[in-house]
Amino acid sequence: MSDDVLNVELVAADRLVWSGQAQRVIARTTEGDVGIMPNHAPVLSILVDGVVDVLTTDDETWVAAIDSGFISVANNRVSILSDNAEMAHDIDLEQARQELARAQDAGGSDDQAEAAVRRAEARIRAAERAS
Amino acid sequence: MAASLREYRARIKSTESTKKITRAMELIAASRIIKAQQRAQAAAPYARELTRAVSAVASYSNVDHALITEPEKSNHASILLVASDRGLAGAYSSSVIKETERLIERLRDEGKTEVSLYVSGRKAESYFKFRNRVIVKTWAGHSDQPNFDVAREMADTLIEAFVAEEGEHEHATHEVHVVYTRFKSMLVQEPVALRLLPLEVVEDDSPPAPEDVLPLYEFEPSAAEVLDSLLPKYVQSRVFFALLQAAASELAARQKAMKSATDNAEELIKKFTRIANQARQAGITQEISEIVGGVNALADATAASE
Repeated sequence: MSDDVLNVELVAADRLVWSGQAQRVIARTTEGDVGIMPNHAPVLSILVDGVVDVLTTDDETWVAAIDSGFISVANNRVSILSDNAEMAHDIDLEQARQELARAQDAGGSDDQAEAAVRRAEARIRAAERAS
Repeated sequence: MAASLREYRARIKSTESTKKITRAMELIAASRIIKAQQRAQAAAPYARELTRAVSAVASYSNVDHALITEPEKSNHASILLVASDRGLAGAYSSSVIKETERLIERLRDEGKTEVSLYVSGRKAESYFKFRNRVIVKTWAGHSDQPNFDVAREMADTLIEAFVAEEGEHEHATHEVHVVYTRFKSMLVQEPVALRLLPLEVVEDDSPPAPEDVLPLYEFEPSAAEVLDSLLPKYVQSRVFFALLQAAASELAARQKAMKSATDNAEELIKKFTRIANQARQAGITQEISEIVGGVNALADATAASE
């Protein structure tokens, strides 16, 4: 049994957000969503702003919103690194919606504005999934 | 005599209030140090994982990247100096500034014709401004509580200057150094100068321990693109680490400085109290001898008249 469990670490730049054992991890890379199951081949991949979905060994689902970062999988050890990461239950949905509205209102088509909108959307998705 | 006694009492009072202030600053610094150390510890997992990933990419792929290639010629260097926003921290700011001056000297000796300065912290900014030295960019207002956003901004500014071609960027540079204060212990903090860019990725030739062997990764979408997104993050994390270390060092230096200030104030109060007591006693003695002298004179006068 112990061989068939993923040890997951979700790390933000300034803290360890979550760590624990999981059966499955889903994250969104630049190439599309990937699902990681135990005994997955070692992989290093870039993540885009989005939602990370973790199914723990206790059959609980944890959802987190992350900024772009990367995921590394090796020997059943999964590390998800991101500048900013937030567990869904820590996100205030109402506030996140306001932020999205603000980001959209601010407009602009430059990368920064688009990134702000994407980030706000990711946080709302994560919060909605959790509730 | 009485006037100077009052003077001494006033000085004792003002020293006492100074002592109260320095004591309060000492306690504040002491409580913040613990938080600063916790923050440094909290940031450690990110740095560890990032280092692992970078060395994995570097060992298993032969990809070249602008951030790790040594430039052919190098005559323009940049320095990021991490100092404090506020004073009253003993020699903290001046020692890191001195280290920077030494580094500038060394770089000039090595033939760098131009050295650009990037400064974090008001103290260092005013030092260079006062001497009319050019500062390319300054950041301030976060020296005792750095956050990652500031580190990212600093790193991005430096990377931009580093990757730019000559002429494209006003401050295009061939190497970047960072000077900060390393926190060794509560008592010892030392200023260090490190080269930040181009990055030196340590590729260990000695056979690593079995548990340290890095697995054969697949890179998605490609090793080059993974490296492209990893290395800037690595630089950011290094800058963040320097900021956290500097913050802990600043608080430790401030605590130490304020502790000796409090001790000195105590000494001064003791000394002034002694002098004040002596002055008071001298006054009393003089009064007594005046009275005795007066009585004696009166007694002599009556004896003579009789």
